[in-house]
Amino acid sequence: MRDDLLVLARDLRVKFTTGVNAVNGVDFDLRQREVLCILGESGSGKSVTLRALMRLNPPTKTIMSGTLELGGRDVVQASENEMSDLRGPFVSMIFQEPMTALDPVFTIGRQITETILRHENISRRKARRRALELLELVQIPSAKRRLDAYPHELSGGLRQRAMIAIALSCRPKLLLADEPTTALDASVQIQILLLLREIQQELGMGMIFVTHDLGVAGEVADRIAVMYAGRFIEEGPVADLMRQPLHPYAKGLLGATVHEGSRGKRLTTIPGAPPDLRDLPGGCAFAPRCTEAEGACLAHLPELRTPVPDRAARCIHVDDRPAAFGERLAS
Amino acid sequence: MLLYTLRRILYAVPIALAVSLVCFMLVHIAPGDPIDAILPPDASAETVALVRKDYGLDKPLPVQFGLWLAHVVQGDFGRSIANRRLVADELVSAASKTFILATTAASLGFVIGCILGGLAGAFRGTLIDRAAVSFAVGGVSVPHYWLGMVLVIIFSVTLGWLPSMSAGPGDWAWDWLHIRHLILPAITLSVIPAGLVTRTVRGVVVEILSQDFMTTLRGKGLRRLMLTVHVMKNAAPTALAVMGLQLGYLMGGSILVETVFAWPGTGMMLNQAIFQRDIPVLQGTTLVLAMIFVALNLLVDLIQTALDPRMRRT
Amino acid sequence: MTEIATVSSGLVAPRRILKPRRASYWRAVGRRLLRDRVTMVCLGILAVMALAMIFAPLLGLYDPLQGSMIRRLKPVGTPGHILGTDELGRDMLTRLIYGGRLSWFVGITPVAIAFVVGGALGITAGYAGGRINMAIMRITDVFYAFPSVLLAVAISGALGPGIGNAIIAMTMVFIPMMIRISESVTTSTRNLDYVEAARSTGASALTVVRVHVLPNVLGSIFVYATTLVSVSMILASGLSFIGLGVKPPEPEWGLMLNTLRTAIYTQPLLATLPGLGIFVTSLCFNMASDGLRAAMDVRA
Repeated sequence: MRDDLLVLARDLRVKFTTGVNAVNGVDFDLRQREVLCILGESGSGKSVTLRALMRLNPPTKTIMSGTLELGGRDVVQASENEMSDLRGPFVSMIFQEPMTALDPVFTIGRQITETILRHENISRRKARRRALELLELVQIPSAKRRLDAYPHELSGGLRQRAMIAIALSCRPKLLLADEPTTALDASVQIQILLLLREIQQELGMGMIFVTHDLGVAGEVADRIAVMYAGRFIEEGPVADLMRQPLHPYAKGLLGATVHEGSRGKRLTTIPGAPPDLRDLPGGCAFAPRCTEAEGACLAHLPELRTPVPDRAARCIHVDDRPAAFGERLAS
Repeated sequence: MLLYTLRRILYAVPIALAVSLVCFMLVHIAPGDPIDAILPPDASAETVALVRKDYGLDKPLPVQFGLWLAHVVQGDFGRSIANRRLVADELVSAASKTFILATTAASLGFVIGCILGGLAGAFRGTLIDRAAVSFAVGGVSVPHYWLGMVLVIIFSVTLGWLPSMSAGPGDWAWDWLHIRHLILPAITLSVIPAGLVTRTVRGVVVEILSQDFMTTLRGKGLRRLMLTVHVMKNAAPTALAVMGLQLGYLMGGSILVETVFAWPGTGMMLNQAIFQRDIPVLQGTTLVLAMIFVALNLLVDLIQTALDPRMRRT
Repeated sequence: MTEIATVSSGLVAPRRILKPRRASYWRAVGRRLLRDRVTMVCLGILAVMALAMIFAPLLGLYDPLQGSMIRRLKPVGTPGHILGTDELGRDMLTRLIYGGRLSWFVGITPVAIAFVVGGALGITAGYAGGRINMAIMRITDVFYAFPSVLLAVAISGALGPGIGNAIIAMTMVFIPMMIRISESVTTSTRNLDYVEAARSTGASALTVVRVHVLPNVLGSIFVYATTLVSVSMILASGLSFIGLGVKPPEPEWGLMLNTLRTAIYTQPLLATLPGLGIFVTSLCFNMASDGLRAAMDVRA
C-alpha cells in the first residue's frame, strides 16, 4: 500500500528565523495519479508548504520539523546533495510568475537541457531532442524555433508552457504547481489548467496544486485541502467539499466566491483579517473571525474530526459520529 | 542590433564634437591672449603672424573652432611650447604607455573585484562579506597617489624588491625587466576599480540570488557549480560595463599615479604641460584621452547590449 | 576618485524616495543613525578634526609657515614636535591641522556649490521636462563624456594654479553629476500619483515643487552629495599634489605630500602623514554617507 505513496507528511512545521510560523502541523498523504489542491488566502502558508516539499525555502532562514517523506525518502534530514538528486527526476515545480521564474539570459532550450544533462547521462544532442519533444508536449507552436528563444521573447501563456516543459524535463513522479495560472490572462488560464490536467493524466503523475481560486481548484483537483494560518483546517474530495463544506472558514470561502452553487444567493464576506503568524492564538486560529465561535474554540486547538471516511475538519462543531453527520446533511 | 549599433554610433558624433569644443575652449579660458598660450614668448613676429592666420585667431570663435577642428582631424595638435615638437608624435608613445598601465590595472581590479564581490554576495552577512565590503570602502576612499608612495616605501625603499620609477629602459616589452616597473603603479591604480567592482558585483549577485529564477534553478536540482554559471552570466553585462567605464577613467585619471611613479604616459605629459604652462600639449592630450573615453563608452554600451538578450533589438 | 563612474551610473537614490516624507520620518532616520555605531564613530572623528581645524589658533601650536633650517625632518616623536618636522623644519602637527583647513575647504566647497547649482538645474530639468530638460541634459552629457579627473586637471591646468581655479574646475566636474541625479529623482517623483494629483487640481508649478517635490528629492540629492565629498577630498588634494590648486608655502595635505616625497628615504613615516589625513577624512565621509543612506532607506 505504501509503495504508491508519493508524499507522506506528519505534523510538518516550517518556521522562519524572522519568527514567522508559516506552517504549523500539516498532515497529508498523496498517492500516484492523485491531484491535491491546497486552497487558501495569501499568507496562509500554502506556498511555503509546497516549497517545503522540495526544501526550496531559503535554507539559512528556514527551520523545518516533523515528518516529511517523498517516495519513502526523508526530506527533513536529507543532505543538500540528496535533495538536489530528488529535484527534477522525482519532484519538480511550476511557479506562479513565469517571467521572473525563468532565467532571462538563457534560452528556453538550454534551461530544459541543462536539467536533463544534470540528472541523466545522455548526450547533448539527445537532450536537445528531448527538449523539443517536451515543447511539443506542452503544445508550444513552432517548437523548434522556440527552443532558441529567450523567455522575454515569448508571451505569458507560452512562457508558462515553457515553464511546464522545464518542470517535466526529467519525467517527475510528482509535480508541484504554485498558482500557475494566477499571473495569466483569464483566457489563457483555462488553457494552462486543461494542459496540466491532461499531461498529469497522460504521464500518471501525482500533483499538488496551490491556489487561492476555488474555481481553479474545482477544475483540476481530486481532493482539496483548505489551509488557514499554516494548518489544513479541512480536507476532502473536491465535489463533497464544495457541495457541503464543514469548517466555518471553508463555508465562508465558498460564500465569498462566485460558483455554480452560489447562483441566486447573496455573496458573503468573512469579517476580520488573518492572524499574525508571528504570534498565533492558542486555540483555533480562525475563532476570532468565526461567527460560530465559543469559549471552547479558544481553549485549545481543535482536533481533526472525521465525520465520514475521507473527510476531515478541524472544528469542534463538526460532529465526528457518522450518524450525526447524516442528520445535519438532511436538515 | 545593427540598427541600434548605427543609432548609437550616430549619437556619439555630436558628443564627440561637443567634447572637442570643450577642449578647444581650454586655450581660450587660459588667461591672456590665446596666441601666448599656443606659442612660446620668444616666437618670431612671422611665426606669430603665420599661426594667427592659420588658426584664424582674428576671426570669430566659431570660425576658429572650425579651423582648429580641421587641423585636429588631420592629426595636427600643434607644437609643444616647451620643446617645439609635434604634440601628436609624443602623444602616440605616451598613450600606449598609459594604455598598458590602465589595462593592467583595470584587469587586476576586475579580477579582484569579481572574486571579492562574488564571494561577498554569495555569503552575505558573513565575515567574508564584511571583509570584502571594508576592502571596497577602503579602495574607493584611499588617495591612490598616497597609496603609491606607501608601496614605494615598502617595496622599493625598505625591501628593495621593485623599482619605483619609470617604465624601464628603451621601448616597452613584456619581459621581466619592464614588467617589474609596471607592478607597483598597476597595483596602485587598481585599488579604485577593485573597490568599485567589488561593490557593484556584490550588489548584482545579491540581487540575482534573490530572484525567483534562482529558486527554479535549485528546484531543477542544479548543483552549486551550475548555479554559479547562471549567476555569472546574469552578472556579466553589469560587471563588464563598470569595468569598461573604469578603463576609460583610468586612462584619463592616471595622471596622479604616473606622477608618483614617473611613468612616461599621458599623465606625465599632462603633468609637465601643466608645470611648463604648455597649453597645446594640455589641449591635445585632453582631447585624445576624452575621445578614447567616448569610444570606450560606446564600445561598452554595444557589448552590454550584445550580452544581454533582453536589450537586443532588431 | 574615479568611483564617480558607478556612483553616477548606478543612480541608486531614486528608488528610495517613493514615499512622501514627514517629520516623523526624519526622527526615525535620526534614531537609526544614533544606533549605527560605525557611522557615529566616523562622524565623531570628523567632528574632532573639524573642531581642531576651527580652533587651531587657540591650540598653542607653532606658526605653520615659520621653519627652521636646523630642525629639518625631525622624526615622529621628537620632544616638542610630536609628529616631527617637515623638509623646511616646520612643525608637522601644526601644518597637518592648518593643512586640513585648506584641504577640507577645497574639498567641500565644490560639492556645496554643485549641490546648489546642479540641484537647482536638475530639479528644473526634471520638473519642467520637454525642451528645457533636453537642453540641460544634453549639455550635461558632454561633461559626462570626460573622465572626471581629466576634466578637473584640464580646466585647472588651463586656468593655472590657485585655490580659486581648482575650486572652479572641480565644481565643473560635480555640477553635471548633481544635475543627473537631481533630474532623475525629480522625474520619478513628478510622475508619482499624488504629485500628478496635485498638478491636476491646478496648484501652481512653484507650489507643487515646494510642497510635493522638494521634500521628497532633497534628501536623496543630499545623500548623493555627501558621497561626492569623499571623492572631492581626494581630487582636491590630488590637484595640489600635481602642482595645481594650493600654492606653496600654504599648508595643504596634497601639497605637503608632494613636497615630502623626497623624504621617503630618510623619514618614510613622516612623509606619509599628510596622505593619512586625506585617507581618514575620505574614509569617514564615505562610511558616514553610507550610514546616512542606510538610515534613510525606507526598506531597511
